[in-house]
Amino acid sequence: MLARIGVRGGLRLDAHKERSTAAPIAVAPAPRVAVLPLDQHAGEAAIPIVSTGDTVAVGQPIARPGAELSAWLHAPISGRVVAIEPRPAAHRAGEASMSVVIANDGRETRYVPERSLSDYANITPLELREWIERGGIVGLGGAAFPTAVKLARATDRSALSLLLNGAECEPFISCDEMLMRERADDIVYGARVLLHALEADECVIALEDSSPQAADALRAALARADDARIRLVTVPTLYPVGGERQLITAVFGREVPSDGWPLDIGIVSQNVATAAAVARWIRDGEPLISRIVTVTGDGVARPRNLEARVGTPIAELIAACDGYTPRVERLLMGGTMMGIALPSDELAVVKATNCIVAASALDLQQRAPEMPCIRCGNCSEVCPAFLLPQQIHASARANDLAGLERYGLMDCIECGCCDYVCPSQIPLVERFRTAKPQLAAHLQARASARASRLRYENRRERLARLEAERRARLEEKRRLARQKV
Amino acid sequence: MTDLVGFIVIMALAGLAFVMQRAAARVGSEAARSVLIDRIDSLLPQTQCRRCTFEGCRPYATAIAEGRADINQCPPGGDETAAALARLLGRPAKKVDHRFGVMPDVPMVAMIDELACIGCTKCIQACPVDAIVGASRHMHTVIAAACTGCELCIPPCPVDCIAMRPASESVTEVIRLAPLPAAHMV
Ligand code: SF4
Ligand code: SF4
Ligand code: SF4
Ligand code: SF4
Ligand code: SF4
Repeated sequence: MLARIGVRGGLRLDAHKERSTAAPIAVAPAPRVAVLPLDQHAGEAAIPIVSTGDTVAVGQPIARPGAELSAWLHAPISGRVVAIEPRPAAHRAGEASMSVVIANDGRETRYVPERSLSDYANITPLELREWIERGGIVGLGGAAFPTAVKLARATDRSALSLLLNGAECEPFISCDEMLMRERADDIVYGARVLLHALEADECVIALEDSSPQAADALRAALARADDARIRLVTVPTLYPVGGERQLITAVFGREVPSDGWPLDIGIVSQNVATAAAVARWIRDGEPLISRIVTVTGDGVARPRNLEARVGTPIAELIAACDGYTPRVERLLMGGTMMGIALPSDELAVVKATNCIVAASALDLQQRAPEMPCIRCGNCSEVCPAFLLPQQIHASARANDLAGLERYGLMDCIECGCCDYVCPSQIPLVERFRTAKPQLAAHLQARASARASRLRYENRRERLARLEAERRARLEEKRRLARQKV
Repeated sequence: MTDLVGFIVIMALAGLAFVMQRAAARVGSEAARSVLIDRIDSLLPQTQCRRCTFEGCRPYATAIAEGRADINQCPPGGDETAAALARLLGRPAKKVDHRFGVMPDVPMVAMIDELACIGCTKCIQACPVDAIVGASRHMHTVIAAACTGCELCIPPCPVDCIAMRPASESVTEVIRLAPLPAAHMV
């Protein structure tokens, strides 16, 4: 099925994808040393279940979830645990995270999981969800939200829809596109597993209209699977349609409330790569120990997509793409619009690493000096969150917290569209990012003040009531005493 | 004669009208006054600490509305609150008068040394926002998330077991301020 659905706001950006999609996905060599931060998923850090000196096999669990919101972690290579210590981590832009460090013995010994679940259809959804948790699978679109937690939160709901997000949310990133082209069967298998785990009725795989090859591959895979619950929807290629909320509006025509979750409107969304990872775990018994990473930018000699083990130093990925070009200026993880700058290429790939951009000056937007706002309205036209960036900006400059609140700063998804179109070169998003914590603190203080007022008033009322009761009792006693006399 | 009766009747009616008008005006100004108090109260930080010399934020708001207090007597609100009050009341801005108190640099909450507490309940009686829980002759404790840092519980404690600590060190505060998981993108 093909549907074109209108999207509000957004930008048609040069996707910069051709560069990295020319070659098929290649397998990056396993790292000599793998560094695995224990907090590389959203939520609490995992707790190591191995010790320094232990020998581990490929796929062996090395850390268990540290809380309800956490995830398993597995050894991506075989070898010896050489350290469990803080190491600079990519997802923290170089700040240290407690990590398990494994030295590769080159033997590729495989760990055999306790069970294989290729007959998943015959077990209960609950059991299936529990087993999915053991695979250490997290959202592979960038936020690394533990998949099992997302699934668990969606249970006890009827009329659930599963959305598989194949719309890349940033220019440069093409790992999902390549996955859809080359491993469409994995995605469809994963979709069926997730449908069973969620007891959901339908699944929509959404991808951009600029990916005809991916659409063909998925269509063929769907024909092979012959599952009427799963359908394909294409959406216009508009940044940031791949953002979860924006995509849901585009596909289902429903909006996620700004203070709510997609689940509030009966939708569970997962990245296509997450579904493929689920397939690998359930069908092949391979936990999440590798992922596809787009290595691109004008700063790398042969941009392409690599299947890399988690824990591989980024420098080794760059080497697998024939190294840097002399033009390289900056290293980014994630895309150029929302990515984070990396201080070093020694940092290791984490589960959330979808893309490494070795950027040259050409790739980065060259900023001319900032000029005053001319009220052209370009920014509000492209804002996918229906905001008025120029007004937010004016409020931020005036330090007007009430204005920031009124104009909905908290709903800004920091997509950078407004920035991109602003003819006055105003670094809008940067300002919004700085203003957000201030507004959040202000809102928090106000909420606390309200609560304190309420507690204070309740207490005064209670004291007044007790006092009145005491007086009444006293009065009654006096009356009785007088009667006796 | 009839003239006189007519005159008296007219005067009586006029007098009645005057009295009614006054009463109506009083009801009207009563409503306006309580709206003004609400507005002033909404600008105050609700710490309920009595540093302003009144029994709490609302009594202070009432005093301002009635011209019994100046706008610069609330140290927890600081210069910002004084400025907001000046804007609301159309008066020139003023800095907080530090004779009413000086605030610590960071928000504080009370913490009871639970091993030392003898369970006398004096602190509960002093806390203006019911932020302390405990029962007679049993250990007492402060609900950090509800504590406004007013310090009113400190003087009554006979064993001096209550101390002020930075709010950021309290467990509930750490949980409250922890970033939410980034679940909005897959
Ligand atoms: S960065 Fe925020 S304000 Fe700017 S377009 Fe994106 S959502 Fe709108
Ligand atoms: S795009 Fe820039 S110049 Fe135009 S209204 Fe927005 S902030 Fe102002
Ligand atoms: S000094 Fe304390 S009680 Fe008085 S208004 Fe300020 S916060 Fe409220
Ligand atoms: S616990 Fe102490 S400092 Fe905290 S609000 Fe109550 S009386 Fe004030
Ligand atoms: S006043 Fe001091 S001793 Fe008494 S109950 Fe409170 S903390 Fe305990």
